[in-house]
Amino acid sequence: MYDFGTIYEAKGIPDAITALMADENAVVLCGGSDVLLRVREGRLAGRNLVSIRSIDDLSGILQENNETIQIRPATTFAQITQNELVQRCIPTLGEAVDQIGGPQLRNVATVGGNLCNGACSADSPPVLLTLNAELEITGPNGARRLLLEDFFEGPGKVNLEHGELLTAIRVAKKDYEGYFGHYIKFSQREAMDIATLGCAVQVKLGAEGKTIEDARLAFAVAAPVPMRCHAAEESIRGQAVGETLYDWFGRTALTEVRPRTSWRASETFRRQLIYELSGRALKAAIQKAKGEGSA
Amino acid sequence: MRIIELEVNGKKTEVAIDERESLADTLRERLHLTSVKKGCEVGECGACTVLVDGKAVDSCIYLTLWAAGHKVLTVEGITGPGGELSAVQQAFVDEAAVQCGFCTPGLIMTAVEIVGTGRRYTREELRKMISGHLCRCTGYQNILNAIERVVNETHKAVGK
Repeated sequence: MYDFGTIYEAKGIPDAITALMADENAVVLCGGSDVLLRVREGRLAGRNLVSIRSIDDLSGILQENNETIQIRPATTFAQITQNELVQRCIPTLGEAVDQIGGPQLRNVATVGGNLCNGACSADSPPVLLTLNAELEITGPNGARRLLLEDFFEGPGKVNLEHGELLTAIRVAKKDYEGYFGHYIKFSQREAMDIATLGCAVQVKLGAEGKTIEDARLAFAVAAPVPMRCHAAEESIRGQAVGETLYDWFGRTALTEVRPRTSWRASETFRRQLIYELSGRALKAAIQKAKGEGSA
Repeated sequence: MRIIELEVNGKKTEVAIDERESLADTLRERLHLTSVKKGCEVGECGACTVLVDGKAVDSCIYLTLWAAGHKVLTVEGITGPGGELSAVQQAFVDEAAVQCGFCTPGLIMTAVEIVGTGRRYTREELRKMISGHLCRCTGYQNILNAIERVVNETHKAVGK
């Protein structure tokens, strides 16, 4: 038996917002794989829950008229990985969330929860950051839009007021078309483990695949929040594709990150991983862009 | 308390529950389906795995409320009317894939889901598919042998 107060199954987005506004201590519940554990640990004991998992408008993946991909937040990791649109347009996301937990967890845990928990170790943020994902947040006063990059405020803290819900994650066509990506999760086990470090890259090559037209780099666990590395991206933009890029990319990334020592790994080790994985992820993404690996 | 209706092991079932109950609790304590084991109770070990609408979930972190109107399958629901073992269970016996037995019901349910896809998988793919289970006796090789065997046998029986 879980030690929460009451649970309210919201019937729609406005209904959920009304329920949240009526109880300033209420907590949003979706897949349950984080919130129920926090109830169990006592951190959310006694709190009332507003469940949004039955709201149809919050789940699914669709393509909007301008070919923007809209991922609704209550979509599970398994649904994302199996989705045809994701596989075709933003395969890196499906590959990254397929490394979270184990199969049973991926059948219940949702991408919205992965973002809203604000964990620096979450696996979906690095890839979504490299796709310039934009969030739609709906509250009692309507909806607002915000770049994912501006969403993370600190460990476990995101730009969400009480009564607001994440209602959509969008990736525009200009941000995925022509890009090839790669995500590396470094962890002690291949399943049921949290990333020691996560590294995502998206790359777009210039004519004949000889130059880097654009590159994007983002990390999990390289700072108190998931982060982009704009200087590293800028440092290789326009450069010729070649072995020296990888070293340079990693070195520049090291000037931007703020990793810490935790029981999982030391700061020194994390810095080594940041250097090493940046280059490896870039190399893998370039290979995919050249059609040398699976896209 | 509140009464919900769901299908458990093929039978329409009405059960009075507390809204704060996990599906593992309801299945064990109210419906006496004790094949469902509570191991870690935080969704890491997979001992409580059951199928909800054919998909494996950790029933310890799944509220019973969410199963209302859905189909739940446990090991009790896969044996024959006279208690005959299903093909998956028989494969576990034949390959000695059971040591202490605590992880077995959960793994059997995941195997049921895998077999149900009607596809063949490589050993590596199967390893990933059972990665949400912990066997503290560390008997993974025989478990993989059993699942590989039943997947291949079913595939042969069903067709190409």
